[in-house]
Amino acid sequence: MTTPDAAELRRRTQELLAAHPPATTDRTDFLKARFDAGLAWVHYPAGLGGLDAPRSLQSVVDTELAAAGAPDNDPRRIGIGLGMAAPTILGYGTDEQKQRFLRPLWVGEEVWCQLFSEPGAGSDLAALGTRAVRAGEDWVVDGQKVWTSSAHLARWAILIARTDPDQPKHRGISYFICDMTDPGVEVRPLRQITGEAEFNEVFLTGVRIPDSRRLGPVGEGWKVAQTTLMNERVSIGGARIPREGGMIGPVARTWRARPELRTHDLHQRLLGLWVEAEVARLAGTRLRQQLVAGQPGPEGSGMKLAFARLNQEISGLEVELLGEDGLLYSDWTMRRPELVDFTGHDAGYRYLRSKGNSIEGGTSEVLLNIVAERVLGLPAEPRNDKDVPWKDLTR
Amino acid sequence: MTAPTEETQAPDLLYSQAEDDLRAAVRSLLADRCDAPAVLARIESDAPYDQRLWKALAAGIGAAGLLVPEELGGQGAGHREAAVVLEELGRAVAPAPYLTSAVVATEILLALGALDGPVTELLRDLATGRKVAVLAVPFSALSPGAAQPAGVVADALEGTMTGVADAPAADVLLVPTTDGLYAVETGAEGVTVEPLVPLDLTRPLATVTLAKAPGTRLANGASAVFAVRRGLLAGAGLLASEQLGLAEWCLTETVRHTRERHQFNRPVGSFQALKHRMAQLWLEVVSARAAARNAADALATGSRDTPLAVAVAQAYCSKVAVHAAEECIQLHGGIGMTWEHPAHLYLKRAKADSIAYGTAGNHREVIAELVDLPAP
Repeated sequence: MTTPDAAELRRRTQELLAAHPPATTDRTDFLKARFDAGLAWVHYPAGLGGLDAPRSLQSVVDTELAAAGAPDNDPRRIGIGLGMAAPTILGYGTDEQKQRFLRPLWVGEEVWCQLFSEPGAGSDLAALGTRAVRAGEDWVVDGQKVWTSSAHLARWAILIARTDPDQPKHRGISYFICDMTDPGVEVRPLRQITGEAEFNEVFLTGVRIPDSRRLGPVGEGWKVAQTTLMNERVSIGGARIPREGGMIGPVARTWRARPELRTHDLHQRLLGLWVEAEVARLAGTRLRQQLVAGQPGPEGSGMKLAFARLNQEISGLEVELLGEDGLLYSDWTMRRPELVDFTGHDAGYRYLRSKGNSIEGGTSEVLLNIVAERVLGLPAEPRNDKDVPWKDLTR
Repeated sequence: MTAPTEETQAPDLLYSQAEDDLRAAVRSLLADRCDAPAVLARIESDAPYDQRLWKALAAGIGAAGLLVPEELGGQGAGHREAAVVLEELGRAVAPAPYLTSAVVATEILLALGALDGPVTELLRDLATGRKVAVLAVPFSALSPGAAQPAGVVADALEGTMTGVADAPAADVLLVPTTDGLYAVETGAEGVTVEPLVPLDLTRPLATVTLAKAPGTRLANGASAVFAVRRGLLAGAGLLASEQLGLAEWCLTETVRHTRERHQFNRPVGSFQALKHRMAQLWLEVVSARAAARNAADALATGSRDTPLAVAVAQAYCSKVAVHAAEECIQLHGGIGMTWEHPAHLYLKRAKADSIAYGTAGNHREVIAELVDLPAP
C-alpha cells in the first residue's frame, strides 16, 4: 500500500461518515469504526488504527470529522493511555499486545494509569524498589506506587519494577502491563493540599502478572521507560495562548473591576508579573515558530520552569489582592476530580495547586540540572550510584 | 472595561537568512577590530571611538544605513536588521555611536518625512557614516517631555543639556526647542561639548552648552515632538537587542570560565548551586530574545502594538542584562573584579543601559497605562 496523501485521507473520512452517520450512530460504535478505518491516529500502522501516513495529516481527518459533528475520543480523560502507554506499546509491544490493547485504549473503553513513582523514588526514579520475582510463567509483584492519577478509573497500568537487585539500578528494571482488576492491587485515594484526591497510592501485594504482559526484554525496562517519559514531556509548553491567557488573566480582571483592592505594593508586583507572563507567552510563540521552521531549539525544557514559577507567584499575588476574600476557600470537601482544572476554581485553589507545578513531571531543580548539563554543557556532579548493585545502595 | 486584545498579525520572532548573514559580517569585523584588549585600550584613550572601525561598520558593511531607504543612500532594510547589529555590538561592548546616530537620530529624521532639503541631506550623511548625529537630550529620557528644550532667541540657540550620549563623537546635534527641532554643528561658534566621566566607559556622555549658537530649523514644534517620540521609541526598542547580546556574552563567558576553573578538585561549574544560577540565566536570556525580537519586529512592521512591545522589552531586558553582568562578576570570583578582565565593561554598560531611554520602572508605568492596569 502506498502512503496516503491528504486527498486520500479526506476521501476515506467521507466514506467513514457515509457508512456511519454520526447523528444515528452510537458514540463508541463510531469510534470503533473510525479506528478500524485507520483514521484514529493516521501515523500508526495499518490494522492498528492508522494508515502509515505522515503525522501532520491527522489534522485533515480531524477537521473533516469536526465539521461533520462526529464524536471525538476524550483525549484529556484518557491522556495517559494515549500519550504514554500507546507509544510505548507501539514501540516495544508484541503483535499480540498491540492487537489486544491499542483499540480499546484509543476508543476510551479502557482507561490507563502509570505505576512509576514510589515514595522512595521520585526525581531519582531509577531507585525504585517495587519487586517482580519470576514464578513459572508469571511474575509476582510486591511494592507501593504513588502519585497515580486515574488509578481509580483505570483498567490497565504501565508498571516498572525491579527484577534483578544485583544489577546497578538502571539495569535491573523490567516493564510490565498490570491488570488493575487483579487480586492484590489496592488503590487508595491520596488526599492533597487542595482537599481533593486527584492522585492515588497503589499497593501491590503478591500481584501475578503473566510474562506475556512484559514490554521489552527482561532487565531493559529503564530504556523502555525513557520512551514513555519522552512522550510525557513532548506536550509541555506547546499550547498557544492569547495575551493574558494564563493565570495573569483573572488577576488583571480583578484589578480592573475592583479599584478598592488596589495598593501601590500590589501594583508594582502585578506589573512585574504581567511583563513576565507576556514575555513567557512570546517565548512560547518563538518556540513554536522554531518548530514550524524545522529549527527545534532547547528552549522547550525551559518553558515548564518559567510557567511553574509564574503560576505560583501570580496565584500568590491573587490571594493577597483579594484581601478579605483571600481568607476564604471554596470547598474543602473531599472530591475525586478526573482532570486538573485551574480556571474552574477560586484563587485559593490556584495558589495551592500551582505548588505542584514545580514538582510534577520533573521538579524544577532536576530541570535546571538538565538545562545546565544538556544545553549549557556544564559538567555533571560526581555520582556514586552508577556502578553499585541496587541492593547495596543507601535507602 | 475590557482587556486589550492580542495583535491580529503574529510577530515573526525568528532570524531570517539575511539577518544571520549580517550578524556573521558584523561579528567577524568586531572580532578583528574590537576584541576586549582593544576596547580596554580605547576607553583609556582620548578618542572615544575607533574611526576605522566605525567606517568599516557604517560604510563597509552598510550598517549605518539599514533604516534609510535606498533612494537616500541607505540599505532600505529595517529595524529587525538594525537589532541584529545591536546584538553584536552589545556582545562586544563595542564603543560605536550606532544606537544614538544610526538608530535614534536617523529615526527622528525619517519621521519628519521630508523629501528634500537639509533633513534628507543629513540623512544621506548619516546613512553612509560620513557624519554622526545625536539627539541632544539626556540619555535617560524616556519621552520628549523629559527632554530639556533649548530656547531660541532671534534664530540663535541658548541652553544647556546634560548627559547627552555620544555627544563627544557627534558632528551634528539634533536640538529640540520650544520652537521646533534644530540641527546644530558641534564645530560652530557658541557650541561647547564638555565630556563627563561616565559610569559606562564605552559610551561617552557630555554636557552640551549652546550660547547664541547657530542652527538649522528642521521641523516645527508639533512635528518635532512626534519625531523625537518616534526616535526615542525606536531607541528603547532596539536597546533591548543590545542588552540581549550583552547578556548572552556574560552567560557564555561565565559557563566557559566555570567549566575550566577548578576548586575542591572539580570544575566549579559542576556544583549544583552554580549550575542552577546559570540555567536560570539561560532561561532569562531565551525570554529576553523573544521580547527583543518582538519589539524589533513591531517597529519594523509598524504594528499598532509597538509602544507596548517596546515597553515590555525594556521592562524585561534591562533587568536581564544587569542580572547577567552581575552573575558574571560573581561567578568569575576575584578575576571578575579586575580591570584586565572585561567583565566590568559589561556590568557598567548593562547598568547604564538600564537607565537609558527610561528605566524598567518607567516602562512598567507605560505598560500600566497601555493595558489598563492603573495605579491606586
